[in-house]
Amino acid sequence: MNAYFERKYVIQGIIIAAALILVARLFYMQVLDTQYRLSAEDNVLRRNVVYPARGIIVDRNNNILVQNQPVYDLMVIPKDMRPFDTLELCKLINISKEDFARKLDRAKKYSYHKASLFEKQLSDTVYASLQEALYQFPGFFVQNRTVRNYPHNVAAHVLGYVDEVTEADIKRSNNFYRQGDYIGRSGIERAYEEVIRGHRGVYFELVDAFNRPMGSFQDGRFDTAAVAGEPLVSSLDLELQQLGEALMQNKVGSVVAIEPATGEILAFVSSPSYDPNLLVGRTRGNNYMKLLRNENNPLFIRPTQAQYPPGSTFKPLMALIGLQEGIVTPDSRFPCYGGYRMGRLTVRCTHNHPPLNIAQSIQGSCNAWYCHEFARLIDHNPQAASASDAYKRWRTYLENFGLGVSSRIELPYEATGILKEASYYDDLYGSGRWRSSNIISLAIGQGELGTTPLQLANMMAAIANKGYYYRPHLVKSIGDEQYVRPEFTTKMETGIDERHFEAVHDGMERVFEPGGTGVYSRIEGIRICGKTGTAQNPHGKDHSIFTAFAPRENPKIAIAVVVENAGYGSTWAGPIASLMIEKYLRDTITRPDYYINRILEANLLPERKTQN
Amino acid sequence: MHPGSPQKTRSVFHNVDWLTIFLYLCLVLIGWINIYAAVYDADHQSILDLSRNYGKQLLWILSSFVIIAVILLLDSKFFSTFAFGFYGLTILLLILVLLIGTSVGGNQAWIAIGDFRLQPSEFAKVATALALARFLSGNNIRMQDMNTRFLSFLIIGIPVGLILLQKDAGSALIFSAFILVLYREGLSSFVLIIGVVLTTLFILALVIEPVYLALFLLAGGGLLIYRLRKRRKLITMLSLGLVISLAFIFATNYLFYEVLQPHQRSRIEVLLKDDIDLRGVGYNLNQSKIAIGSGRLLGKGFLKGTQTKYNFVPEQSTDFIFCTIGEEWGFLGSTLVIGLYVALLLRIVHVAERQRAAFTRIYGYGVASIIFVHLIINVGMTIGLVPVIGIPLPLLSYGGSSLWGFTILLFILVKLDANRMGAIR
Repeated sequence: MNAYFERKYVIQGIIIAAALILVARLFYMQVLDTQYRLSAEDNVLRRNVVYPARGIIVDRNNNILVQNQPVYDLMVIPKDMRPFDTLELCKLINISKEDFARKLDRAKKYSYHKASLFEKQLSDTVYASLQEALYQFPGFFVQNRTVRNYPHNVAAHVLGYVDEVTEADIKRSNNFYRQGDYIGRSGIERAYEEVIRGHRGVYFELVDAFNRPMGSFQDGRFDTAAVAGEPLVSSLDLELQQLGEALMQNKVGSVVAIEPATGEILAFVSSPSYDPNLLVGRTRGNNYMKLLRNENNPLFIRPTQAQYPPGSTFKPLMALIGLQEGIVTPDSRFPCYGGYRMGRLTVRCTHNHPPLNIAQSIQGSCNAWYCHEFARLIDHNPQAASASDAYKRWRTYLENFGLGVSSRIELPYEATGILKEASYYDDLYGSGRWRSSNIISLAIGQGELGTTPLQLANMMAAIANKGYYYRPHLVKSIGDEQYVRPEFTTKMETGIDERHFEAVHDGMERVFEPGGTGVYSRIEGIRICGKTGTAQNPHGKDHSIFTAFAPRENPKIAIAVVVENAGYGSTWAGPIASLMIEKYLRDTITRPDYYINRILEANLLPERKTQN
Repeated sequence: MHPGSPQKTRSVFHNVDWLTIFLYLCLVLIGWINIYAAVYDADHQSILDLSRNYGKQLLWILSSFVIIAVILLLDSKFFSTFAFGFYGLTILLLILVLLIGTSVGGNQAWIAIGDFRLQPSEFAKVATALALARFLSGNNIRMQDMNTRFLSFLIIGIPVGLILLQKDAGSALIFSAFILVLYREGLSSFVLIIGVVLTTLFILALVIEPVYLALFLLAGGGLLIYRLRKRRKLITMLSLGLVISLAFIFATNYLFYEVLQPHQRSRIEVLLKDDIDLRGVGYNLNQSKIAIGSGRLLGKGFLKGTQTKYNFVPEQSTDFIFCTIGEEWGFLGSTLVIGLYVALLLRIVHVAERQRAAFTRIYGYGVASIIFVHLIINVGMTIGLVPVIGIPLPLLSYGGSSLWGFTILLFILVKLDANRMGAIR
């Protein structure tokens, strides 16, 4: 009956052997092999990047110029996606189905496993409705970000703007940046990127297979906090900047004001300007293109990128060089018969001056005086062996005042100005075959000379300081520790002795007295030293230029104003400069309304031919 | 029954095999706790919550106790008497399910009665085990007869065919367990060996390039033939075996790529070829392996499994319940569970062998074989030894049909065994 009884053992053997195989496999998987352990952590851990807030930027009186505003980026991890109602999501974030497919494609191309940006900068309201439905869209999550916000809507060129990093940025930064990060593209945002950007933080979160957060990982043991970017104190004075921008509205030009004692830039107006808030958010791209196409070129940073012949504002410097070189004294007089004549060459003067001394020559802006001085400086300089040699000496003074060289301000693509090497004239006229008469225009700041408004303001600061300046800069201090970069506290010497300045300052102050070119810009009770200028413009109406500093003793502000195609310096640039000076020194403006309104209401924009 | 005899007052538990019942209760309890862990979430903390799988499982467990009581109250002759009746009824149900069945997860294997769904293939195992036992325990039945073997395979083959028609290959595969029963009752061990060899070859043929495998086999076979060159008969057999093996290897590739349906093929491919399409077909398997592997020696602790808790493993309360055990209780816990199964299986074999009635013995082997195959395939699937086949882990997996089916399967044996002294044959 019970045949084959012994087969019981075979069957028992099979049962035990099979069980042992299972146990052996389990032992291998659970005890020996570590790969599954790591995979499990991968599976449930989501690495969330905490974006640091970019440092805020305040003006010198602690008014906020740039702050952060929260927005919400919709992120996606393609590997975590499951089928869901795409139309619903499209509706929630207001994109088309084609957009959805395109964005998803891009995300997949970037990485299947890593989070990438799906739709950026959702507003509060969109975020609110999305948040509630987000669980229906596995693989998607929202990341808090901040965008820049400019409460006062000023100083667009100084502050600059941020933009998403490109592949090239990421590569250049050695992968510090990740796709979707912001980087400063212009202005302070760009120059101080490394301190202002802060450090990303990371927190790990447990998530389930549907990507629902399930709490922090090991109580945040591996999390790192985001470090906010350092706040920056800009050198700008908000109210002064606002006034400058208002005065320059509907004009093309620049206003640069510098504190001579520090080189801190108090106002930096480039007109026409734009609302910095335009270059933020989802419409940024369109706005940028509009600005780029604008015929008055608002993206152009005129104070550092536009170059003008300094015109008569150059004369105080010419006087100083003559004094330092010992070829003139404060009492040197040169004749003026309505101009300077040498052979067939005539440089006209606006008036027929009696022979003037230095101070008078500045006050009256006598062209003849400076032509005579320049001729003596180049042709009869006892310290120079040749005209070329003398020119080189002259050129060195200019460079010492920051002309013809980069100011190395914190803004990109700065123009250096135009200041020719002696060899340029050697090439043009033949070595040793040129003299002052060939380059006489330079004597009155015309000809082959180009300066940026910043350089003019800086030159004024050096004259105000009686012989030295500090590198002009836009950021007063960095961070809560108020760190100041050492290069901004290094005195730059010009090589002009202090004693030579009295006569020049005298002349510059007299500009505002009857008989001076700036009498219309006079401020009762403030001793201003200044100089008007009218830069000849081969393309149209002359540029109106004015440079000044005030007060004469212990100067607080040096300023240069350029209004393009506006004619005489005394008509537009002068009054603008004087209003700026009064505002800064007194905090109020005492001039009558019509004086201000004339400027505010003036439209000096170049007339454009209507396009067909 | 003998009216007035002292037997009348006996409890229904008289003479039952307490060890089997103890192991049964252990496994059911472990199942319930792990179902709780698998679908646990903080909002539904009560293990008695009837809206959750663990709450429902408790109902299934309690109703199983009722079934147990009913089985123990029945006369033990009832099962052998109606063995063919049950079998016929089950076959009818299997046909019915093809006609009016509800499709769940691609398998048309359920009959829905209101909210209640019945899976006839679970009961087909019991019925087939009973019918086979009844048939083989009959007078003058000898495994050596061609007729016996044919009818045996027919009894097994009819439900297999019907279940295959439901596209439920996993459940059909379980019926291969009966080979063990037939083997115990005298089927040539050759069949068993051939089965093992063919399975091995099948898997090897898919892992290794058939050409290399063939060369390897030829080399090995040639060497063996050379060594045994004195024994002619053996050489003939070996040569024949070699030729068949080679044919099988190439047939396998053909079968695999030409005959198998894509979803079946990919399930096997996932198993054999590492890391293909981890989000698609391989997702379950990969997540399951990660869950178990991350449990390490001692496990992450009750309710602390991150893999299963956060729903990375699908079907974790049913077919993949072993993941929860592996993740939360580690190697020690999984080994303990496998140990309990082995103890139960060996106990059943022991119980089967102590019967005087062939019917009970054969049925006992049927029970052991079915549970054994379920165990190997289910656990093997979760740890990547066997293709993903949707069959439950006996007594542990969530599900009423499954728990009832195994309870009935097991307690019919307990009842028959309790009566082993009373009923001869």
